[in-house]
Amino acid sequence: MIFDAEIFQITLLSLQISALATGLSLAIGLPFGTLLALGKFPGRSFLLSMVNTGMGLPPVVVGLFVAMMLWRSGPLGDLKLIYTPTAIVLAQVIISFPVVSGLTAAALQALDPRLRLQLYGLGASRPQMVWMLWREARLPLLAALMAGFGSVISEVGASMMVGGNIRYQTRVLTTAIVLETGKGHFDIAIALGVLLLAITFLVNWALTWIQQQGARR
Amino acid sequence: MSVLIEIRDLLVKRGDHPALEVDQLSIEKGEVLAVVGPNGAGKSTLLLSLARLLRPARGEILFDGQPAARESDTAYRRRIALVMQDPLLFDTSVFENAASGLKFRGVGRDEIARRVPVWLERLGVAHLSKRRAGRLSGGEAQRVSLARALVLEPELLLLDEPFAALDPPTRARLLADLKSLLSETRTTTIFVTHDLAEAGQVAGRMAVIIGNRLRQVGRPGELASAPGERDVAEFLNHHF
Repeated sequence: MIFDAEIFQITLLSLQISALATGLSLAIGLPFGTLLALGKFPGRSFLLSMVNTGMGLPPVVVGLFVAMMLWRSGPLGDLKLIYTPTAIVLAQVIISFPVVSGLTAAALQALDPRLRLQLYGLGASRPQMVWMLWREARLPLLAALMAGFGSVISEVGASMMVGGNIRYQTRVLTTAIVLETGKGHFDIAIALGVLLLAITFLVNWALTWIQQQGARR
Repeated sequence: MSVLIEIRDLLVKRGDHPALEVDQLSIEKGEVLAVVGPNGAGKSTLLLSLARLLRPARGEILFDGQPAARESDTAYRRRIALVMQDPLLFDTSVFENAASGLKFRGVGRDEIARRVPVWLERLGVAHLSKRRAGRLSGGEAQRVSLARALVLEPELLLLDEPFAALDPPTRARLLADLKSLLSETRTTTIFVTHDLAEAGQVAGRMAVIIGNRLRQVGRPGELASAPGERDVAEFLNHHF
């Protein structure tokens, strides 16, 4: 039987894990995607293909990989991270980082290439040039952020495999839905599903609102 | 008058192909030099090299007597300003567009608030200050682009066919305004165009680039009466 307080705890944990994972993906994915879009170095198009492939990475495969790494006998077993929220964050970052990087690269490559020359021609330094390009591409960049968040808040396979769905510790909305459905508690599963949808909607609504504030008027 | 730009034995490549060769070219302070030639001849390559957006394979460009390597690319570019064929305005207000180069240079807010309106006024777009750049007409956008460059009071102004995309009446008005602004501010300017009438109207001297090579430099009358090579004569005859 799931009580209100427990639902609240599960919801909060889901949000915390997915927000942290999305934030980390943005922190890594935005610079990496920018490098892929603007940089000139050998292997660039290979890396871009890897990232684009990673956008469709099956969460269960990521879960398997992270579980093997963090397993007690695995290479990172000494860190004792398996079945912790940190393990879920780690797996979710691997899932959403390619989404954020790939969409960042696509957003920047869609800009007029002469914009860089124009920015330099007005005296912009390299960081100023990149900052201005991010500003110009802010609408698709926010879409990248939404896609990144969407890919982790809805994900269940990896969270189950590396988190273990432990009550009060690593149980999140998606894994709780799987559990309750398995037990035949459809009413609770439906309630949790509605909650998950509502949260996803609210977060995307907020991001869309920010995005549309910046839209061309 | 003293020399601002001195180009010696310049070769710029794009890929493996030579895109521009200049044996010698000097530009004096306060001068307006038009660079003319057919499409694809290497005119824009000259401007991009002068903006240090392309590296020469050979030769050197002295700026105010100093070789290029003396200062960083960014420090150098903060002494010049570049205006391209398309206005390439940023997706923000007209005021913020015109202020962008000053912000890159770390100019304070008060000074920006003082200088930007002056130049928007001079280019006749002060009333559009709060408008979003995307909602301007082609002529208005190019005026904002010119204001964005001129507000920097650059030592060298590089104009790459800034009026090519405009309709003839808009172009004529903008050209007349630009001419008076340049003579008033005495800004050293290199003005790339494929329109000889436009070049003659604004510039004291013309440099003719044909086939990726600087062929001849002189006053419009001199060039017309004594073209040095046959293809220069053909180009001038065809366009005058």
